[in-house]
Amino acid sequence: MAVPATKLKEKKEIIDVGLEEGAARLTYEKIEQVINRVITGEMAARMKVYVDTCIHCGMCSTACHYYLSHGTPEWAPVGKVKQTMWEILEKKGKVSPEFIKRASIIASTECNVCRRCSMYCPYGIDIAYIMATVRRICHLLGVTPQYIQDTAHSHSATMNQMWVKEDEWIDTLQWQEGEAQAELPSLRIALDKEGADIMYSVIGPEPKFRAQLIYQAAILMTAAGVDWTMPAGPGWDNSDMAMFTGDFEIMGRVKRTHFEAAANLRVKKIVMGECGHAFRSVYDVGNRWLGWKMPPIPVIHATQFYYELLKEGKIKIARKLKEPVTLHDPCNIVRGRGLHEMMRYLVNATCENFVEMYPNREQNHCCCAGGGVINCGPPWKTKRVESNSIKAEQLAATGVHICIAPCHNCHGGLDDIINTYKLNMHTMFFIDVLMKTMEIPDSLKA
Amino acid sequence: MSESKKWDWDTSEELIATPSEWKTKFARVQEPYVGPDGKKVAAIVRNEDGTYTACVNGEAWENTYDNMWNLKFGPDGRLTAIVSEAGEWTLAVDGVPWENKFAYVWDTKFNEDGQTIAVKIQQDTRYGVAVNDQPWENSFEHIGKYVMTPDGQHVAAAVQAVPLREAEVFKFKDEGTWTVAVDGNAWEKIFTNVWGLDCSPDGKHVAAEVRMGLYDYTIAMDGEMWPEKFNCVWEPVFRPKTSEALATAPVRAAGKWTLAVNGKPVWDSKFVQCWHQTYSPDGRKLAAIVAPSFGQWTVAIDGKLWATTFNELVQDLTFSPDGKRLAAIAKDDGHWKMVVDGTPWPAMYDMVWPPVFSPDGSKVASKVEKGGKYTIALNGKPWRECEAIWNPVFSPDGKKVLVRSIEDGKYYRRIVPVSEF
Ligand code: SF4
Ligand code: SF4
Ligand code: SF4
Repeated sequence: MAVPATKLKEKKEIIDVGLEEGAARLTYEKIEQVINRVITGEMAARMKVYVDTCIHCGMCSTACHYYLSHGTPEWAPVGKVKQTMWEILEKKGKVSPEFIKRASIIASTECNVCRRCSMYCPYGIDIAYIMATVRRICHLLGVTPQYIQDTAHSHSATMNQMWVKEDEWIDTLQWQEGEAQAELPSLRIALDKEGADIMYSVIGPEPKFRAQLIYQAAILMTAAGVDWTMPAGPGWDNSDMAMFTGDFEIMGRVKRTHFEAAANLRVKKIVMGECGHAFRSVYDVGNRWLGWKMPPIPVIHATQFYYELLKEGKIKIARKLKEPVTLHDPCNIVRGRGLHEMMRYLVNATCENFVEMYPNREQNHCCCAGGGVINCGPPWKTKRVESNSIKAEQLAATGVHICIAPCHNCHGGLDDIINTYKLNMHTMFFIDVLMKTMEIPDSLKA
Repeated sequence: MSESKKWDWDTSEELIATPSEWKTKFARVQEPYVGPDGKKVAAIVRNEDGTYTACVNGEAWENTYDNMWNLKFGPDGRLTAIVSEAGEWTLAVDGVPWENKFAYVWDTKFNEDGQTIAVKIQQDTRYGVAVNDQPWENSFEHIGKYVMTPDGQHVAAAVQAVPLREAEVFKFKDEGTWTVAVDGNAWEKIFTNVWGLDCSPDGKHVAAEVRMGLYDYTIAMDGEMWPEKFNCVWEPVFRPKTSEALATAPVRAAGKWTLAVNGKPVWDSKFVQCWHQTYSPDGRKLAAIVAPSFGQWTVAIDGKLWATTFNELVQDLTFSPDGKRLAAIAKDDGHWKMVVDGTPWPAMYDMVWPPVFSPDGSKVASKVEKGGKYTIALNGKPWRECEAIWNPVFSPDGKKVLVRSIEDGKYYRRIVPVSEF
């Protein structure tokens, strides 16, 4: 499978009402005031160190899929910093509304905060952190792309990403439970079962668009004999786009709701579905904003959970997938948590023919959807896909038709790449693979 | 407490039922729940024909339902469940469904004596609350948290009063869509967000945490915002035993948290985190869970810290009835502990349930778990291990403890003298 030479379309201006209207309301005074408040009140000391340390060597360039796909310096990590934070600091916040709009575009739609570049920088400069701080400034100035802003609003109003109403959530679980009972009659999605071992949490798009993932999780839990529960009220959604818009106050509120749901249910740990950014929000960013050094109730990502179930013999593989598969390492659980070897154990345990993509593990290229970029919505889709032709090449080089990706955003991003570049491939979650390969004890079957 | 005076505090041991045998009568049996006085044990069960009912002390409710969940005993011992029949949902109380049915029902709450029972409802995609089988006259776009006064006379809820279409980001933040409804009547003022709320004990006032636009957080009382705005706030509580309306809430300014009453800071100290503020029953003392530094958690009482900190979590802050003592549970290096007046019990657990004080405050008891077994620990001393156990209740004279437990599949109600711990 070769990647067809897709010519980059003429760069035309993308209109996003969140940015246009947001920038139109700004004044120079307001911008300066907000920026200086962030610089003096919020910015960690490391920001100055980063900016002072950078020697403009450009070694970070080839780390970034945007640069690798477009090839010009403005797409390089340091190029993005130069166009945003350097200016902001150099001019001490005396920048124009137009500048802020452009900074928001760069930070929100031209960087996935995937942290690949910090591995290439001889000084380990954390460009993702710098970009996240630019987003924070843009948030405080009210200049954020419309669709991701809407998602942050959903988080604030409902504590979930997709405006899922409280009754719709419970109804969806009961519906999935009913369906799954046809397969395994003893199956139950226990709501609010105090004292269960595990609270299982998911992201908003699961009840909204991918309810079969909840069905599959329920089958897995039942087959493995796990004592689990899901919260009936807010706190069930572990995702957090407010983290990516820079609305840390809402991020904190969403994380608090999630952890307190688990604490009130007196569970021993939280298992979360296959999502990368949500893991980052509960394991690193959101918990810490609230003052918790580590998650107060231990959280493990689904891939680690499956790994442990397999290792402990709680689930068994009856047949392996015969078709060759490759694996996409999601940044947030690989660079962010080091789960890559566990994932390889899972692939090898469930698939006969595993073809690595190169580079892989913590060197893997991002899907270009993460970090909130896909959540900026339809206006930005073409740019996002064009900015990751390198990923298309990487996928095509494997020559396989199945790509396992244990992250929702990765799925969205990879599917768009696969369709646009006409790669004859489809994506699967690990749970999809397990459903095809694991043994369901006869005693449980209908 | 008043209820518990009427309970049987003399029968030392009573085998109430054997839930493990219910499996022979029903196709499926869910986890058991017990009544406040310990005289009933119940579980949701599924019949062979796929219908659901509740089994109480071995006897099934007469009515069966297409679906059923959220089994809950109220403080007066009545048993409730959310049930559905022919696609409609309602609440069943002691087996009898409410007359009103809805498209959906959830989040059951009781007032202090259990005489008032409320649920959230959805009908024709409009949302509200039903109290004792009476839906609110007004309905809303959506509903958030809700609270009830202890006497059950008033219910207040965060409600979305204004419709919002997809991606209307400026309407959401500029004009707002949420407000508070008290007994179904919405405040005039509309906010961007409304989250946690509280009713004053006399039922005359309601306070809620609100956000106006994306950056201004404050508390609104009876529809009026505090003039002070903050970077963030958490849910307010009212000070009890006073005729003044004193809403008290954690507020965040310049990256640090403290407590404010009616907008004015009451403590000099500032924290990395501060929440779950609670007043002593007489309203004289104010305590909160705080993080004095990043990753270190403890309790502040009237602004002063306990001497010990814990590195993971503190929760379930509880005053003794006389207000002299304070207990909380804490998690430290992966272990759960009971902490009373700043001193942890020596034993560590896999899980600890909220502290229960004796009426005179001299004793603290709690359900605890270790190695998959459960017991009650009283002042740190464990009773015997059980398969399942429920939170302890002290007798009104504080000399005995009601212990509700399952051993060998049998559910026992016991009255255990304090001396036996
Ligand atoms: S997308 Fe990733 S590699 Fe590129 S600048 Fe952002 S964090 Fe660095
Ligand atoms: S590699 Fe590091 S030092 Fe070099 S330009 Fe990039 S950020 Fe600056
Ligand atoms: S969506 Fe997946 S690959 Fe993309 S940034 Fe997130 S974790 Fe990384």
